[in-house]
Amino acid sequence: MKANCWYGAGDVRVEQVPDPKILNRRDVILKVTSTAICGSDLHLYNGLMPTMKAGDILGHEFMGEVVEVGSEVNNLQVGDRVVTAFPIACGRCLFCRQELFSLCENSNPNAWMAEKMLGHSPSGIFGYSHMLGGFAGGQAEYARVPFADVGTIKIPEGIPDEQVLFLSDIFPTGYMAAENCQIRGGDTIAVWGCGPVGQFAIRSAFLLGAERVFAIDRFSERLRMAEEGGAETIQYEEEGVYDRLMDMTGGRGPDACIDAVGMEAHGPGMLAAYDRMKQAVGLESGRPYALREAIMCCRNGGTVSIIGVYGGFIDKFPIGSVMNRSLTIKTGQAHVQRYMRPLLERIQRGEIDPSTIITHRMRLNEAPEAFAKFNRKEDRCVKIVLKP
Amino acid sequence: MERQDAGRSSTLDEPTVADRHASHPVRSARAGAPSRRDSARGATDHTHEFLARTLGWFSIGLGLAELLAPGRVARMAGLKDDHRLLLGASGLREITMGLGILSERRPAGWMWSRVGGDALDLALLAGALSGSQGNRKRTVAAMLAVAGVAAVDCFASRRLSRMAGWTTDDGAVRVNTSIVIDSSPESLYQFWRDFANLSRFTEHVEAVTIYDRQHSHWVVKGPAGYRVEWNAEITEDEPNRKIGWRTTSYAEIEHQGSVEFTPAPGGRGTMVHVEMDYHVPAGVLGASIATLFGNEPGQQIQSDLRRLKQIIEVGEVLRSDGSLTGKGRLPQRSAQPAEATA
Repeated sequence: MKANCWYGAGDVRVEQVPDPKILNRRDVILKVTSTAICGSDLHLYNGLMPTMKAGDILGHEFMGEVVEVGSEVNNLQVGDRVVTAFPIACGRCLFCRQELFSLCENSNPNAWMAEKMLGHSPSGIFGYSHMLGGFAGGQAEYARVPFADVGTIKIPEGIPDEQVLFLSDIFPTGYMAAENCQIRGGDTIAVWGCGPVGQFAIRSAFLLGAERVFAIDRFSERLRMAEEGGAETIQYEEEGVYDRLMDMTGGRGPDACIDAVGMEAHGPGMLAAYDRMKQAVGLESGRPYALREAIMCCRNGGTVSIIGVYGGFIDKFPIGSVMNRSLTIKTGQAHVQRYMRPLLERIQRGEIDPSTIITHRMRLNEAPEAFAKFNRKEDRCVKIVLKP
Repeated sequence: MERQDAGRSSTLDEPTVADRHASHPVRSARAGAPSRRDSARGATDHTHEFLARTLGWFSIGLGLAELLAPGRVARMAGLKDDHRLLLGASGLREITMGLGILSERRPAGWMWSRVGGDALDLALLAGALSGSQGNRKRTVAAMLAVAGVAAVDCFASRRLSRMAGWTTDDGAVRVNTSIVIDSSPESLYQFWRDFANLSRFTEHVEAVTIYDRQHSHWVVKGPAGYRVEWNAEITEDEPNRKIGWRTTSYAEIEHQGSVEFTPAPGGRGTMVHVEMDYHVPAGVLGASIATLFGNEPGQQIQSDLRRLKQIIEVGEVLRSDGSLTGKGRLPQRSAQPAEATA
């Protein structure tokens, strides 16, 4: 089969590789019908994620048709159309039973690597480094899905791929970011980063009862998309984010702040330059510019919801602001399996149309161009869907 | 760790227990049970810590001399002047090790690095002796001096390893690790007590032959595909609570171990705690070298326990493309399907 393989920073190649096979009794094999490039794939593309290996198949947002079913998968049949959750989860361990699926204790065969880096290991993730399991990803013609009985959702006839593909990651991820804000009716929410996850966070915040959502980015097309989602926007290169937010909230600050940016934040001024430099020479693994700003802007006693991906260590974390102002920090890789069913129902009820964020549709063969385009945000690129 | 430091007033500048464990290559698997020796800290322990500090300062002094006056040091050791660059490098090495030693209270790892450095210096001097354009007499004298220091280093390293809880009193490497499994102590005890089950989740056990209730024979994959076998006997058997064993006949990797099953708080499964004392050929040094190749015993046993958890909780060991057997070790395969898999 053809698959998009990682070979190093800025180097992905579509290659012929062996077809996947059932390795465990709860596996299924999917014939991939749609797959997407995630913003977090760019951290791999830019060489910021440790424990990647040349030849690794990328991709953790994918859906397809079941073509082979393991002996212990009782709820799926050949021919079923399913979306796959990006965290791999057994459904039986202590954390899965609490619906903390991205913390599954049984789905990372390389847990010892993650323990060295993070202290404890989270769940395995498709196509996202060996530290997170060394699982082949879904930017391919076929994909193996372990624990498929827990990690997939069947899609009823009549709903196109583009409506449901993002149940695999970014819709639940954005939704969890908003849910973590513990929104009460009338709350104001600020969202740093208007990429795909930010877009879903904005829309989810409204679904959960927010009154006003402020969206921060520098790309006009992303800000426009945020406006279409109902947000008031701030172009951070043109105006000071803190001042503007205080202006809009009577000096109190938003009730909750969402960091939908993560480890590759951009920002103006010396501090951002300092982070770039330190990251370049390996003295910190993330550039937490957006996170610092989100903390400083949040109202007293408010919540900072971190959904952008961080991999290791950051500097100049404003813990004094967090501690003295009783802030709550909520974060985590999305527990996708928890959200797939209710969010599918929201899509079916027409409360949200996830396909509106798609800006590019390309062939799997074009993955290298697609990555380059997405990474440089060329051509007003927000979200790329690949068809095998 | 509890201490009896009569002569010390401040402990603020010392690394915490957690810090020390985090930086120990050999004890990276879950900061384990406290060292048994802590309550018995006596005057000799202070002596050894003092000796380590002295050797640390010695490293820094020698390093500075090699770095700042390589010519003079070369002449003292009867070496030619063109060894300057090498001496400079060795000076940097000495300073790094010296600072490392002084940065920890029980710098066992850094002390072993001094032993390695001594070996390197001896090799260098021996090389110079055979090349021989310098002053042979001085070189021999220098070698004798290095050998003397090496003996002290070795002694201090072994003592510090023991004090840091890396090794037991008889020099075995100690490994402590544990995991929580969603099952009862009874069923875990029974699963483990049937030693044939061990090959299902341990990375290295290939086969276990049961002779009788107390005795068994083990075939284990060693490094580089080479096989190790031993006989083991049960030394302790408390049903549903604890199993202890040790190797009997001559075993290449002589060891004793125990596994304990205790209910986790809140009825959240069972804590499985494994403690093993290994006599590996080169002691702590061997274990440190093994660490470099990803075969460190503590981490291995932790990974074994994780697979035991998978078998109990989900019925089988999970496999990935990078870790085809589920026994995730280095080197990993690429995360793409293998050509022919079972």
